[in-house]
Amino acid sequence: MFGKLTLEAFKHDIVVMGGVVTMVLGLLSIVFLLTYLKRWRWLWKEWITTVDPKKIGVMYIIVALVMLLRGGADALMMRTQQALSSGASHGFLNSDHFQQVFTAHGSMMIFFVAMGLMFGIINIVVPLQIGARDVAFPFMNATSFWLFLAGAILMNTSLVIGEFAATGWLAYPPLSELAYSPGVGVDYWIWSLQIAGIGSLLSGVNFFTTILKLRRAGMRLMKMPLFTWSVLNAMTLVIFAFPILTVTLALLALDRTIGTHFFTADGGGNPMMYVNLIWAWGHPEVYILILPAFGIFSEVVATFSRKRLFGYTSMVFALAAITLLSFSVWLHHFFTMGAGADVNAFFGITTMIISIPTGVKVFNWLFTMYKGRIVLATPMLWFLGFVATFTIGGVAGVLMSVPPADFQLHNSLFLVAHFHTMIIGGVVFGYFAGITYWFPKIFGVLLSERIGKYAFWCWLVGFCTAFIPLYALGLMGATRRLDHYDASLGWQGLFIVAGIGVVIIMLGIGLQILQFVVSFFERKWNRDTTGDPWNARTLEWATRSPIPFYNFAELTPVSERDAFWEAKQKGIDLHKPKTFTDIQMPKNTPIGFIIAMLTLLIGFAVVWHIWWLAIVAFLGVVTAVIIRLSDDETEYILPAADVKKFETGEQPA
Amino acid sequence: MSELTDKPVITQKEHYKQTAETDHSKTILGFWIYLMTDCVLFASLFATYAVLRNNTNGGPDGSELFNLPFVLVETIILLTSSFVCGLVLLAAQRRNRAYVIAGLTAVFLLGLSFVALEVTEFRHLVEEGNSWRRSGFLSAFFTLVGTHGLHITVGLLWMIVMVAQIARKGLIDPVLRRLSLFAMFWHFLDVVWIFIFSLVYLVGAL
Repeated sequence: MFGKLTLEAFKHDIVVMGGVVTMVLGLLSIVFLLTYLKRWRWLWKEWITTVDPKKIGVMYIIVALVMLLRGGADALMMRTQQALSSGASHGFLNSDHFQQVFTAHGSMMIFFVAMGLMFGIINIVVPLQIGARDVAFPFMNATSFWLFLAGAILMNTSLVIGEFAATGWLAYPPLSELAYSPGVGVDYWIWSLQIAGIGSLLSGVNFFTTILKLRRAGMRLMKMPLFTWSVLNAMTLVIFAFPILTVTLALLALDRTIGTHFFTADGGGNPMMYVNLIWAWGHPEVYILILPAFGIFSEVVATFSRKRLFGYTSMVFALAAITLLSFSVWLHHFFTMGAGADVNAFFGITTMIISIPTGVKVFNWLFTMYKGRIVLATPMLWFLGFVATFTIGGVAGVLMSVPPADFQLHNSLFLVAHFHTMIIGGVVFGYFAGITYWFPKIFGVLLSERIGKYAFWCWLVGFCTAFIPLYALGLMGATRRLDHYDASLGWQGLFIVAGIGVVIIMLGIGLQILQFVVSFFERKWNRDTTGDPWNARTLEWATRSPIPFYNFAELTPVSERDAFWEAKQKGIDLHKPKTFTDIQMPKNTPIGFIIAMLTLLIGFAVVWHIWWLAIVAFLGVVTAVIIRLSDDETEYILPAADVKKFETGEQPA
Repeated sequence: MSELTDKPVITQKEHYKQTAETDHSKTILGFWIYLMTDCVLFASLFATYAVLRNNTNGGPDGSELFNLPFVLVETIILLTSSFVCGLVLLAAQRRNRAYVIAGLTAVFLLGLSFVALEVTEFRHLVEEGNSWRRSGFLSAFFTLVGTHGLHITVGLLWMIVMVAQIARKGLIDPVLRRLSLFAMFWHFLDVVWIFIFSLVYLVGAL
């Protein structure tokens, strides 16, 4: 009846129990709050059934920030363990638990924090920036988000019911095969990533089509804002890379469930094929994360330097070059595989080449600042922090692209320091800059600049304190994923410094939460009445704040690159529409939510081999899809008179 | 480029017409992109098969297992179904409802017999002890060919829904749009099968 699921799955040691209790209490308090404030109906009508990309974007970001807390707690646990566990002391985590923690940390941060922040910002900004009222496929967009959430829920379920993978965030076989990981941990990993990954793939198709088909009249490709360009490139990567992930995970699942021999050590399997496949997805994936961050910085640096972006055309070509090259470097993740000198040399050189377009971008940003009137607002601070850290990380990366050097640094903490420099200094700083920058557009309220700056400095200082010691430790020979080391190595001091760094970063996260809270309570004073608080340049600011659900009342054609800036220079006020037309809007629907929750059920059932449940839920998904795709009336008309009322009269409840 | 003007850009009627056109073209483009993702999915499976082709683990290889005349029959059935599917689309453009339903039924029956033949082949292999558990080669074979078969099965389900919609609603615009998407899907699967036929069966039987 319940497959492999028994009461045994609910028994945990004291440390895990603490996590379980925190999570359950958190959930209960949300349920209590919703009931107390009588908000269930509101939640259903305004959020669960919504197809509005702005709301979907906000939900993505909320989920990502919650996951950031979970992933951050994992980081804190790992660094505490490593600071304590030297010589006679063995810390407070046993090896198996430590392994689950670093696996969860990596998977969570990449799939649910970085991807969540990215899709959140894309959802909010891309339709606005191309001057559209919606995405190409609003229902599919909602489904993508709910699948993303389903994946996140499934991964967190592993904390309460059963266990998580202890294999590292990419679950290399043969360790991740049934012979060596007989528990359900790897299955949780496979299915939560598979579900979220399918959501990402659908989003990729959706935003690619949106950008190509729904741009405002007159916005030709070379007049698109750079953030939109970066997203177009990132979505191209999603389209080409994510199917590889789907296949790789499916094959590993087949190995574990029906006994195929794709990656097994016996029976004619080939474990290294897995490593090749997963990195053929994995390397483009890093660029999927970083390209939109590059796009955000391009908007931020132009806005706060009060200048046109330097070298627009070269920026576009640099993005395209990175997109192409990102598929030709995957083998640098495993030079030690033993592919031979020629193959390693090829991938070493392509890796060095890919740093050239990236360098072009950095110089273009710096030249944009040159002779600009620089405003040091919080988004600009994130940008400046990014330039410093990202350059250091980039240089470390080029260093490791030399195969002989990589043989020394492979799997060391030097590598860990390198990719955290890229992902924190590049991706995370970029998305934080984006959130601060676009927050007033979505909510009509500016975030507190003062607390924002404190948070930035905590992140920057904390980041340096946490990761510079790791570069040193890596060169001293410390490998990644160590839960214990000999006292005579003399590493403990540096590990303690790194641990302090994590605490400073956590303080930064705390300040960011405080920033949201303070801005909420001070919303009367921080209101953005202008619709353009930063004196910005692109179309998303050509509508009032907070944004009406139809985005733009009037679709005025554009003729220039920085369309909004040009209109301001010509004295045209795009905030005051002159004519009103009927607007076609998509209807809300709960089907995306239903499909994703049934998919979650399938995932859970397959993890525990509860086959009847998987079949029932699968039939439910099929039925829901057929019902939705047979519906011809998915849109409604918002009459011109109502638009006029929204635009000129008071905001109705 | 034109200057920013104060005049309304388009009239109401034009607006609706344009919206309908955008709806159509964005759906077609979106579906093409989806097909490209599916293409990458199959490409990964082909690559996997190529890597594992010789990992027979002491078991049989393709030349001992594949029955070319049988696979040729499968191929002819699938290609015929694709041809009929093209005829269905032509009939749909003439809004010939009876012809469309009859044609789709034919495509369905051909598709069904293809799946039936494939299942027969698989069952035969398994009964002789050559299942996906036997070797890396057979794992890759069953997964690649099976994934194609799974897609065909989805197509069969899609056809049932299409026939129901055409019977109930007639050949209205949204139904026609879905029908043309289905045709793209079906032809795409045909192309994939031609690759399977050549790279798996023909090369394997040598």
